[in-house]
Amino acid sequence: MSDLTKLTLAAAREGLQKKEFSAEELTKAFCEEIDAGNGAINAYVLPTPEIALEQARAADARIAKGEARTLEGLPLGIKDLFCTKGVRTTACSKILDDFKPTYESTVTQNLWDAGAVMLGKLNNDEFAMGSSNETSAFGPVVNPWRRTGSDAKLVPGGSSGGSSAAVAADLCLAATATDTGGSIRQPAALTGTVGLKPTYGRCSRWGIVAFASSLDQAGPITKSVEDAALMLQVMAGQDPKDSTSVDAPVPDYRASLRNGIKGLRVGVPKEYRVAGMSAEIDKLWEQGITWLEDAGASVHEISLPHTKYALPAYYIVAPAEASSNLARYDGVRYGMRQTGSDLIDTYEQTRAAGFGREVKRRVLIGTYVLSAGYYDAYYLKAQKVRTLIKRDFDEAWDKVDVVLTPTTPSPAFAFGEKSGDPLAMYLEDIFTVTVNMAGLPGLSVPAGLSTEGPPLGLQLIGKPFDEETLLRTGQVIEDAAGRIVVPSHWWRG
Amino acid sequence: MQVDEATVRRIARLARIKITDEEAKGLEAELSGILDWVEQLSEVNTDGVEPMTRVVPISLKKRSDVVTDGEKADEIVANAPLSEDDYFVVPKVVE
Repeated sequence: MSDLTKLTLAAAREGLQKKEFSAEELTKAFCEEIDAGNGAINAYVLPTPEIALEQARAADARIAKGEARTLEGLPLGIKDLFCTKGVRTTACSKILDDFKPTYESTVTQNLWDAGAVMLGKLNNDEFAMGSSNETSAFGPVVNPWRRTGSDAKLVPGGSSGGSSAAVAADLCLAATATDTGGSIRQPAALTGTVGLKPTYGRCSRWGIVAFASSLDQAGPITKSVEDAALMLQVMAGQDPKDSTSVDAPVPDYRASLRNGIKGLRVGVPKEYRVAGMSAEIDKLWEQGITWLEDAGASVHEISLPHTKYALPAYYIVAPAEASSNLARYDGVRYGMRQTGSDLIDTYEQTRAAGFGREVKRRVLIGTYVLSAGYYDAYYLKAQKVRTLIKRDFDEAWDKVDVVLTPTTPSPAFAFGEKSGDPLAMYLEDIFTVTVNMAGLPGLSVPAGLSTEGPPLGLQLIGKPFDEETLLRTGQVIEDAAGRIVVPSHWWRG
Repeated sequence: MQVDEATVRRIARLARIKITDEEAKGLEAELSGILDWVEQLSEVNTDGVEPMTRVVPISLKKRSDVVTDGEKADEIVANAPLSEDDYFVVPKVVE
């Protein structure tokens, strides 16, 4: 196998600039890896090698002319939640069938305008609803990591499970992802990759299949912290097509990456020491604290008293917004249609056949909490609790600059282990969901291996639009922990 | 909050999702479980608390009231399961 696919995004970028290899060679190497490994991993639901090679050749021409842009010739994977012009986009739901958008999402357009190459569309939980990638209409993604001495299939996390698995398995240099309750950070933690959920409003949501509009945010999953900085640089920015995207300058995220964290104040929230947290997660957290202290930061215990209410409030807000957003799938304008006896029967049969179990469950919960007489008791109450969660953080920012927590309560679990019990699955997001509720940026960085073998991640939470500090602190953790790579490429058959 | 079968059916109707008898039974328990669990929010005192509407205080942007897009009916119906002369075709709704 080619060593080109093992490079980080930053290293591949340097190799292209120095003309050590061409974009076409690099892209071909990835296409071969996808051919050899995707059958076992199931990360791509639609590889697009023809598009990739065409883009790569165009990139080589620009590099030759000295006109290379930020991501010129670098092959990426795209979560199937991003609309790609003329290329099937399904959100991994049967209901979208063979939908081919006639437009491009703003985030992916930004990537192509920077010269990036599209290797294909990546698997995810249906409509991004899940934490294990088991709800995808294209079947589950397999985590490249296995427990030591076992070949049992583990989940890659979700909903961006195709993105996390593809990056961990060297099936792309980096991937786009989206995060509504933890869907970038949790899969990153479970696969030993870096996952960055930017501040709400940092990236445009235009052209991304909507799940919960007040929570959804796009971000990258990458092999290193520097790669996350490179990706965000291009993905971020104000967009006239998304009125919630914020008109704030996008700083040069890599410029301050190695400035260190001397004097940085790090908060450790006591409410995150949840009952039943495993000893090894606790130990990892302590290790993270020591690393940051050794780098010159001061660590302070803080209190975020409304933490325990974030997850239940999320399970009102997210399904409520999903039930509204998913009303558009009616079998009339796009996607599949199941013709019934009349129009209403057509709607009902189409949605019954097109949506999977978890999506139906959430649409029904959302419909219930928004139904006549319940709006104030549920949705309005949950939005008020959100204000309190955000206020907890606002008060913490007087004392600290960044918050350190574990990303997940446990390492990657086996297929089927949690899929029978929705509440057990929802608890996967217990450490990540507060960040979405408060609209803050969050970064998961690989920090070590579990005793079972698969990796564990630490999460950094930052002030609104302070991704710079998150990345700079994340770099310190990465430098201390060392990059974590999968021990064996077993999936190549 | 106990959700009974009649409520499940009413909600499914509102959501325009056909459910089987077997599904209705399963959903009764699942929805009741989830609603019981979110019930813990009632412990939180939210008197005088404004609902959250945005992360950072920004005012909604305005744009000039001009046409910037259009004249692409063929693109709009391109993905329709059934269309005719740039119209979406649906089962008859008016007798």
